[in-house]
Amino acid sequence: MAIIETTDLTYTYPAGTKLSLQDVSITVEQGEFVVLTGPSGGGKTTLCRCFNGLVPHFYGGKLEGNVVVTGLKVGEHSIYELARHIGLVFQNPENQLFALSVEKDVAFGLENLGIPRGDIRKQVDWALEITGITDLRERPPHELSGGQQQRVAIACVLAMQPNVMILDEPTSFIDPVGAQKIFDVINELNKKLGITVILVEHRLDLASKYANHVIVMDEGKVVLDGEPREVFNSDSARLIGVGIPKATRLYQILKEKGISLKKVPVNSEEASQLLREVLTHDRG
Amino acid sequence: MSVFDGFKFRRVYSPIHQLDPRVKFFYVLVMFVIAIMFNQLLPLILLFFIQLPFVFVAGVQREWVRSLRGALFFAIMIFLFNFVFQYFWTEYPLPPSPSLLEYSIAMTLRFIVLIESFSMFFLTTSPDHLGLALEQSHVPYEFCFAFTTAVRFVPVLAEEAQTIMDAQKARGLELERGNFIKKVKNYIPILIPLIVSAIRRSLELAEAMESRAWGATEKRTNLYVLRVKRGDYLLALISVLILIFAVYVWIFHREQIPLLTNFLAPLELTVTKIS
Amino acid sequence: MIAVKDVYFTYPNGVEALSGVSLAIRDGEFIAIMGQNGAGKTTLVKHINGLLKPTKGEVAVDGVSTRKVSVAKLSRKVGFVFQNPDHQLFCETVEDEVAFALRNFGFKEQLIKKRVTWALSLLNLTRYRQTSPFMLSGGERKRVALASVLAWNPDIVILDEPTIGQDYQQKEKLRQFIVQLNTQGKTVIIVTHDVEFVAECNPHVILMAQGKIVAEGGAKETLTNRDLVTQAFIVPPQVSQIFFELSDLKLPTNVIDVYDARKVLLDRLEVSS
Ligand SMILES: Nc1ncnc2c1ncn2[C@@H]1O[C@H](COP(=O)(O)OP(=O)(O)OP(=O)(O)O)[C@@H](O)[C@H]1O
Ligand SMILES: Nc1ncnc2c1ncn2[C@@H]1O[C@H](COP(=O)(O)OP(=O)(O)OP(=O)(O)O)[C@@H](O)[C@H]1O
Ligand SMILES: [Mg+2]
Ligand SMILES: [Mg+2]
Repeated sequence: MAIIETTDLTYTYPAGTKLSLQDVSITVEQGEFVVLTGPSGGGKTTLCRCFNGLVPHFYGGKLEGNVVVTGLKVGEHSIYELARHIGLVFQNPENQLFALSVEKDVAFGLENLGIPRGDIRKQVDWALEITGITDLRERPPHELSGGQQQRVAIACVLAMQPNVMILDEPTSFIDPVGAQKIFDVINELNKKLGITVILVEHRLDLASKYANHVIVMDEGKVVLDGEPREVFNSDSARLIGVGIPKATRLYQILKEKGISLKKVPVNSEEASQLLREVLTHDRG
Repeated sequence: MSVFDGFKFRRVYSPIHQLDPRVKFFYVLVMFVIAIMFNQLLPLILLFFIQLPFVFVAGVQREWVRSLRGALFFAIMIFLFNFVFQYFWTEYPLPPSPSLLEYSIAMTLRFIVLIESFSMFFLTTSPDHLGLALEQSHVPYEFCFAFTTAVRFVPVLAEEAQTIMDAQKARGLELERGNFIKKVKNYIPILIPLIVSAIRRSLELAEAMESRAWGATEKRTNLYVLRVKRGDYLLALISVLILIFAVYVWIFHREQIPLLTNFLAPLELTVTKIS
Repeated sequence: MIAVKDVYFTYPNGVEALSGVSLAIRDGEFIAIMGQNGAGKTTLVKHINGLLKPTKGEVAVDGVSTRKVSVAKLSRKVGFVFQNPDHQLFCETVEDEVAFALRNFGFKEQLIKKRVTWALSLLNLTRYRQTSPFMLSGGERKRVALASVLAWNPDIVILDEPTIGQDYQQKEKLRQFIVQLNTQGKTVIIVTHDVEFVAECNPHVILMAQGKIVAEGGAKETLTNRDLVTQAFIVPPQVSQIFFELSDLKLPTNVIDVYDARKVLLDRLEVSS
């Protein structure tokens, strides 16, 4: 079942001079792990804002076309109604956390919804547990490292038990190992809890191994939409300048020299597996 | 070092830290009122010492001493002001007598007692707790939120100002160059980025809040509740008793509070006799 | 020539951010400093243009201790581009922004014009000359910040996290640009978390952890050394991971770039066929 469906979305910011979204039609199925990528200024963040109603309710302007998220028409529901079903995590962890203790921050959304205290407690504990930050519960968020802060930000959204989680470049300020941990958490939400994930990312080497659906946007339009292997290996991905995983790139340049691997690898495990076959086969 | 150092909360756990901020605030108010009621040295000295046990139980002696040291400058100013002002500029100039000295000391001590009790309050109350106390005293939530957010972001902004200053210095900006007007102008390259990034930051914050169902219902719930515990009753009781006693003394024995200099007087006499 | 001698640095709040760092950077070197959040990378590079002075130890640029010259003076030699362009842009036009430092340094108006034109064309910003920097996209603002520093042609260029939020194409341009600067004989120092970017640039790498330098060497040697990489909280580049997984086939393990990888693989296949 489609959990997000957009038809011919077109949008310009009130202060903008050009279209930020142009005829965007995509479908995301329940339980998918979507990677949304493409050049800077392509409209990725704007599209994410459409999913929970920040566009148009918060930013203003006119949104043409249709977005339906978990069965709700975004234009007809307020941001707080949508917030129960869809969570947004932003790039800069520092500006998403405003309480003076981790626990209080994680509870913020539930308090806003007027959930009884006992249930808040339970849901907060659950979210802290899953993101692996139970021991940080009483610390002030601004004294944590970037990676820890971003995990708190994820817990904040997770506590509201959304069906869909959207993460807009969640690891750009974080060191590679911290980033890896965050991707692992996101992957767990997707695989274990069945939460649909949409991840906006430029650095595909780390993220793409989890994805089963890739969407590329450029200049407000969707230019590629499909299975990771096809998208990464397509010529237009390279021409637009998507930073395709090095494993896929290696496949392509090997092919130029007449060495073809059995299929297109999108991560190091696949690549080494396929290379092993070629190397050992030729020997034997 | 500044007076404000004595108001910075440090996360430690003690019976005092656990107390309900509202009760603590009541206690501070009582101290405040009593300190204003009396202008004699003796009760103010008592007031000063009454608070010491709290400081030690809370284990914040170091910060507390620091706040007093920070207040030293103001204390000296108050002392001199009282002493000199009473002597020269009043209609009936008092000669610089021991009693004038005592009066000036009393006024200084009153200030110190005020600083002492307020710094006790802020040293042992987490901003978190305070925000919660505000919330549960039916202060509108927007206001409480503004309070905790301010506490949270003021240090961040201070750090940001430092970074911006560094970035502009690295582009050859010299803040101390030129005459007064020029010096003020030198701050423009720091102020504009600071304002711009504060606006950007608040927009991002607003977005994050909206995305977490801000304003969904009038009846917000709260993860924490402040429960009034036994210690709180105890402190409230102590505060009330002190207040009653003080009011009693003030009404019936105000005029009988001895000047400390009176105790010294016999001594002085004996000294003069011998000479 | 930059000489960092046994530097310790403690922030006023008591955090010891550098604990005994020694380092020598020759003219014309290309350095990447990597390591965990809070490892002290930014703190270290701030010492090079004198924004921070060591609590203990010494930093000297071309033989002169940073304690002995003002930041403004040292900046003529050491250009520093901060991570967030919003922390320095404030003028009404891009042109003024780029000219700001030149005016501070007392360049003649005529020369300023020339330098601004040069820097703008270098960074592909000529068409935005009269635009407000606040109207530009993140990537463009970053380039304005870069132009505003390169305009005075410093010998040493320091870039703190230049790739954050940049897409692949912009990164590629940035890489070519850095290489160009480097071939002109400038010393370039970048601070970054972006392993793949470093793998493509192939600079001299310095790995930091907890206020210390834990390793130093060519990108190929450091980024493929499992122990070092773990110590500095880095994930090795994807190509290196592929070769690590194939290590039982006796392939070389110090490969980080796709083209090197292809070469190695082709060699192996030729030998065996
Ligand atoms: N608040 C805003 N007001 C006006 N225009 C905006 C606003 N936010 C974005 N835009 C414009 O909309 C377009 C799409 O921007 P968007 O932020 O969605 O791109 P993006 O794909 O997320 O880019 P990046 O990878 O740099 O984050 C850009 O041309 C941008 O200038
Ligand atoms: N202005 C400051 N005041 C106090 N402590 C600071 C300040 N700046 C940095 N620190 C502390 O110094 C240590 C080193 O910080 P630094 O910014 O050099 O790290 P970094 O390696 O650049 O990290 P990142 O990858 O997150 O940019 C950290 O523990 C940090 O919290
Ligand atoms: Mg974006
Ligand atoms: Mg840094």
